[in-house]
Amino acid sequence: MYDVVVIGAGVAGSCIARELSRYKLSVCLLDKEWDVASGTSKGNSAIVHAGYDAKPDTLQAYLNVKGNELMEQWCAELDVPFKRVGSLVLAFNDDDMYELHKLMEQGQANGVQGLRIIYKDELHAMEPYISDDAVAALYAPTAGIVCPYELTIAAAENAVVNGVDIELGQAVQSIMRESDGFEIVTTEHTIRARYVIDAAGVYADDVASMIGDNSFKITPRKGEYCILDKAKGYLAKHVIFQPPTAMGKGVLVTPTVDGNILVGPNAHDVNDKEDTATTAAGLQEIMDTARKSVPGVSERDVITSFAGLRAVSGSDFVIKASDVDNRFIIVGGICSPGLTSAPAITVMVVGLLYQAGLILDVKADFNPIRKGIPRFREMNEDERRQLIAMNPAFGRVICRCETVTEGEIIEAVNRPIPAVTLDAIKRRARAGMGRCQSGFCTPRVMEIISRERGIPVDGITKKGGRSLVLTGVLQKGDAYDDRT
Amino acid sequence: MIEHDVVVIGGGPAGLAAAVAARQAGAEDVCIIERDKRLGGILQQCIHNGFGLHIFEEELTGPEYAQRFIDMAQQWCVHSMLDTMVLDITPDRMITVVNNRDGLQAIKAGAVVLAMGCRERSRGALNIPGTRPAGIFTAGTAQRFVNMEGFMPGEQVVVLGSGDIGLIMARRLTLEGADVKMVCEIMPYSSGLKRNIVQCLDDFGIPLRMNHTVTKIHGKERVEGVTVAAVDQNRKPIAGSEEYVPCDTLLLSVGLIPENELSRSAGIQLNPITGGPVVDESMQTSIPGIFACGNVVHVNDLVDNVSTESAIAGKAAAMYASGMLDESKASIKVKAGPGVRYIVPNAINLTRVDDAVTLYFRVDNVYEGAALRVLTDKGILFNIKKKIIVPGEMQHIKLKKSFLTKQGDIRDIIVEVAGEGK
Ligand SMILES: Cc1cc2nc3c(=O)[nH]c(=O)nc-3n(C[C@H](O)[C@H](O)[C@H](O)COP(=O)(O)OP(=O)(O)OC[C@H]3O[C@@H](n4cnc5c(N)ncnc54)[C@H](O)[C@@H]3O)c2cc1C
Ligand SMILES: Cc1cc2nc3c(=O)[nH]c(=O)nc-3n(C[C@H](O)[C@H](O)[C@H](O)COP(=O)(O)OP(=O)(O)OC[C@H]3O[C@@H](n4cnc5c(N)ncnc54)[C@H](O)[C@@H]3O)c2cc1C
Repeated sequence: MYDVVVIGAGVAGSCIARELSRYKLSVCLLDKEWDVASGTSKGNSAIVHAGYDAKPDTLQAYLNVKGNELMEQWCAELDVPFKRVGSLVLAFNDDDMYELHKLMEQGQANGVQGLRIIYKDELHAMEPYISDDAVAALYAPTAGIVCPYELTIAAAENAVVNGVDIELGQAVQSIMRESDGFEIVTTEHTIRARYVIDAAGVYADDVASMIGDNSFKITPRKGEYCILDKAKGYLAKHVIFQPPTAMGKGVLVTPTVDGNILVGPNAHDVNDKEDTATTAAGLQEIMDTARKSVPGVSERDVITSFAGLRAVSGSDFVIKASDVDNRFIIVGGICSPGLTSAPAITVMVVGLLYQAGLILDVKADFNPIRKGIPRFREMNEDERRQLIAMNPAFGRVICRCETVTEGEIIEAVNRPIPAVTLDAIKRRARAGMGRCQSGFCTPRVMEIISRERGIPVDGITKKGGRSLVLTGVLQKGDAYDDRT
Repeated sequence: MIEHDVVVIGGGPAGLAAAVAARQAGAEDVCIIERDKRLGGILQQCIHNGFGLHIFEEELTGPEYAQRFIDMAQQWCVHSMLDTMVLDITPDRMITVVNNRDGLQAIKAGAVVLAMGCRERSRGALNIPGTRPAGIFTAGTAQRFVNMEGFMPGEQVVVLGSGDIGLIMARRLTLEGADVKMVCEIMPYSSGLKRNIVQCLDDFGIPLRMNHTVTKIHGKERVEGVTVAAVDQNRKPIAGSEEYVPCDTLLLSVGLIPENELSRSAGIQLNPITGGPVVDESMQTSIPGIFACGNVVHVNDLVDNVSTESAIAGKAAAMYASGMLDESKASIKVKAGPGVRYIVPNAINLTRVDDAVTLYFRVDNVYEGAALRVLTDKGILFNIKKKIIVPGEMQHIKLKKSFLTKQGDIRDIIVEVAGEGK
């Protein structure tokens, strides 16, 4: 019997698990997918919002500003790339100017520091490639960019190192309430827990209804993106927004922590909670809209596209103890700014658990520090030499686009949460995320996974389950005998 | 620090031919740096035959063709560093390399030849909408899996793009028992060689759908099917023409892009059409002492051309390293006129030409009964009548030095197509 089971290993669930690992508790983190960060936490804008978008006195407003403050420490402890690059909401006309002032007031009411409106000369000096039509902008120096999947992976790894169990590929199918807790039936196991955290993203309502709590409903709202080649990284230095619309914060153009340019998202409600397919019309829409801010954004430079689903439930997050059973904590409706808020959400969830009677005894040996995989591509010559001297595998480049070495991939395979699929390797070591999109390194990465974990090459998947990369072995003839 | 007279980056057919030519032209110390574990480049995975018809007058397989040059390189005592990646080159020819034996090393080169080849355009570059399951491969990656690693990438296959690698893989997978449902080509013509269409598709009854593309990918874990649609003249899908084709694999053969990260970071001028360095008749780039050849310059369909062109680069690099390359500026500009998509080289210095210079180029459309016209800033030089010219087959025209000298002081040479495209 666990003290706490966390359902959903997105950024919310993983950060909560890490926070809980500070205490003398037995905790299990569950996800239906075969890796952490496989839901919305891998498909979003990756912005650490300043906090001017949310209506004052909402959970979103409070948790956004608080999460923004906490993010620096979290990322430092967990060795996650985070850059406070600042954001700009552009104005093109008088109506937009009115919006900027409204946003600024709202931000000030929410406690956002340093907001100011800047005008054409200063704006264009800060962002030389934005449209000439932009006349002013709301500048928020506290906004930043983070790597959302790395934050999720890092938090989950740190949780595991501090004693949390993790169960992947385990979809929760039903939950039984019992006097001393809950019985959770997953794909392969039955797990018992005294407390449950429902952090199941777009499925949080379905999971809550398993104990009869139908108090909220989630509508998935799709957002599509394109990633541009690093060669175009000069196009934006800050997060560049357009004035918000009824459906959300609008299409942005932003640098990523790795130096690419991210363009998107649009916002369309969908019925299917698995529908993260991109559409021709959607991709066209975001590229066209983005060009209004940054005219140099071009289809020619796209290296990949993707989509994520916002878990929309009304106009605020739903974070509460269930009315049906206060040992069941709901972390639902975590749409944007959920990534930013995650560190602050954890504090609130711990409070709710405490109120529901969970005893929280701090562990003396909690280790908040997680060291990431070395990033050869970002090192100077001396650092590279040292790394290779330590382990020659760091001298062998496997992904040529992103200069990822064999050492990094071997490390990813052997982390606290082992990466045994192509996507898991990609999100940890960046192999296959460059301009050739894994064409070159796929066979080489598969060879390393196979060797390190003793899995046959043709048993390796893209993302677990039935996503096998290859469909079989050929009859080996002479032609293959000379492979090295 | 290590020093070499000539350093060749990339050990494919281009690099091998350049290295051998550099030795033959007198460079003593020539070194090839190759990131793979062996020499031969992309040819190592091209186990079909059809290589070397022009140079060796024989039909060799890719590895056989490569082996001939590897043997020559050995005879000429060309050094090689294998399993070694070049990370950086500077304009003054300092090269940073890394491998797992010696770690990071700096190499100083008297001259550099860039021969890094090309990479395949990916799904992302096409931005094909839909899901992101397993089972989407570039044709070259699939080729590597089948020919080098001994694995089957899929059973029911749709090929997008009629580039040569796609055509060859359609046949290869069919021979291995896969069901290749069709090859879709968005253009009204194929970018592959005619002989490959006949031998790889027609002979196996695989349909080639011109003016068709894949508009959506289906399947959550593994590809379950693709939506194929006809396109109009602007290459936009025609509403109502969509057809769902069940398959577990999508192969992409939609173009190759010269691999020029190193060239870019060195500050070498690139041609926006080819994506490769701008070069002169000696295959010298915009930075003196740095030469380029093969697919890193422009994508070749015949390896024989690569070898010929690369020998020029190797020889010039050897001369540069020994201070014997004439350093005067090229005086004649070479330009692509109407109907010609790009041309290589981009400039000619006649004093450096021994006997003749060959212009390589591709046309932008299918032309029947048209002529290739060569002109200068002074007027038309000559026309060459052609039954048919297609973008998939590289054209070349040889200009004798004596003939060019006779024209007097010319500033431009232009090649164009005289005739109407299809
Ligand atoms: C288009 C878009 C842009 C965004 N941009 C930003 C931004 O710039 N800044 C920002 O702060 N926020 C942003 N967000 C919001 C942010 O991405 C989300 O708030 C955050 O990722 C939500 O994390 P999560 O852990 O709640 O959900 P998820 O990451 O979706 O995690 C939920 C997990 O639960 C698992 N699960 C579901 N059902 C079950 C079950 N039955 N059994 C077991 N496991 C289950 C899923 O597999 C999944 O891994 C954006 C969101 C979108 C869609
Ligand atoms: C699938 C396919 C089928 C073909 N079929 C035919 C045919 O039937 N007949 C025919 O005549 N021609 C054919 N060709 C064309 C011909 O083979 C190619 O044009 C030729 O191989 C190009 O040679 P290359 O040396 O420029 O490039 P490559 O062969 O690609 O060699 C480049 C080398 O450089 C290395 N390299 C790159 N970057 C670095 C770096 N930073 N550090 C170290 N090393 C590096 C690479 O590993 C590679 O080995 C085919 C081509 C392909 C791709």
